Amino acid sequence: MRQAGATVESLRRRERGDGTRPPHPLLPLTVRGLGFWAGERWILKDVSFHLPDATRTVILGPNGAGKSVLLRLCHGLLRPGTGTISWGGLTPQNAASGQALVAQRPVLLRRSVKGNILHALKVRHLPRAQRAERVRATLALAGLEHLKDRPARTLSGGEQQRVTLARAWALRPNVLMLDEPTSSLDPGATRGVEELIRAVDAAGTKIIMTTHDISQGRRLANDVLFLHQGRLIEHAPAGEFFAAPSAPAAAQFIRGELPF
Amino acid sequence: MNDFSDAFWAALRLLADLDPDLLEIVALSLSVSLSATGIAALIGLPLGAAVALIRFPGRRAITIFLNAMMGLPPVVVGLVVYMMLSRAGPLGELGLLFTPTAMVIAQCILITPIVAALTRQTVSDLNEEYEEHLRSLGADTTQRIATLLWDGRFRLLTAVLAGFGRAVAEVGAVLIVGGNIQHSTRVMTTTIALETSKGNLAFALGLGLVLVTVAASVNATVTVITDAASRRYG
Repeated sequence: MRQAGATVESLRRRERGDGTRPPHPLLPLTVRGLGFWAGERWILKDVSFHLPDATRTVILGPNGAGKSVLLRLCHGLLRPGTGTISWGGLTPQNAASGQALVAQRPVLLRRSVKGNILHALKVRHLPRAQRAERVRATLALAGLEHLKDRPARTLSGGEQQRVTLARAWALRPNVLMLDEPTSSLDPGATRGVEELIRAVDAAGTKIIMTTHDISQGRRLANDVLFLHQGRLIEHAPAGEFFAAPSAPAAAQFIRGELPF
Repeated sequence: MNDFSDAFWAALRLLADLDPDLLEIVALSLSVSLSATGIAALIGLPLGAAVALIRFPGRRAITIFLNAMMGLPPVVVGLVVYMMLSRAGPLGELGLLFTPTAMVIAQCILITPIVAALTRQTVSDLNEEYEEHLRSLGADTTQRIATLLWDGRFRLLTAVLAGFGRAVAEVGAVLIVGGNIQHSTRVMTTTIALETSKGNLAFALGLGLVLVTVAASVNATVTVITDAASRRYG
């Protein structure tokens, strides 16, 4: 039964308290027979999977495996060549307003840190009266208060990526997608970004992120989608996958034998 | 050589004395060119942004057209506006020929393509960078245009200043449609041409100094703004 006035957030918070699985408006994510090609070349072929829970799903695989394309198809930025994507019954285009994307290279507007977050809230039509408080809470969570008036693009790479993550989290998305969010960061900055991802996850947000970094996969994944040459080779809980991957290509990748 | 230094000192004296004839001409020059620049910005900024962002048939043709029109010869613009506004022309009844309004129209036609073409380039470059983020947010066309114009504000300001620089230094178009009438349609460039041919080098040189100062400060401002913006916003 749906209560009037209950936001997804409030439902989520209440039900997390007693340890039960929160209801998630965009789950399960069901992908069937997904294919995508650019010109003559297949980027993805016959990808099917089912993600029922608001856990941290890591799309793992070497560069060029089709990870970013899969993420963008799920977010509705690209149209599938074949197959279907369903977010709890919604098309990716209709589900996109409940999602946020963090790209590999931070795309920051030529404004202050605060201005960047405000802009995103405005575009997503958050009522004016709520914006200031949302910005404040977001900056606090991300530990960015001291940088709030700095022009975003003059920050260091790690700070910039934390700003894009904070900006995405400010939208309170049901699903947060991250495309290789730390691939150009040093270990310290990577740790900062990963901590923030965990904080967002703790709030009940579904996390889907791509990485080619096996140890990052180990640190963050609840379950792993292993992509290789445009095909989904294996989908398994993280523990099983890293202990004993069933597909030979996945085993090779974990041993570092797969050419990147 | 003596002629030249005499003229130079006389010119400085005119400037120092704030010669009323000279000031009148400078004022008209600035007001005509600033009006033309204002109108060109009102048309050129949204036009350039629209061409950069909205897909429609003929978009490429318009882009090429705008870029080509950046190099319009002022005398030809003057001639066309003259023909439109002359008594026998389609807009002859308005009685605008040989008025400052006619000069504003001519300069506006001259520089709107410059503002629009530079805006299109700026917005299109910026959009390449921002497109995925804005699509991910679900921004509509108005929000996209507003975001890109605001984030390109410094580069767009330099586009507008480039238009002003061209307008204020141009002579052919305003000479034809304004007629260079004393106390009515004389601007710096046309007066310099006239006074030089009459041998009144002091007056011509005085205006020349003002014109050079205006043009140089516009370019200096462009450089300063571009530098400051890239240092501040990256």
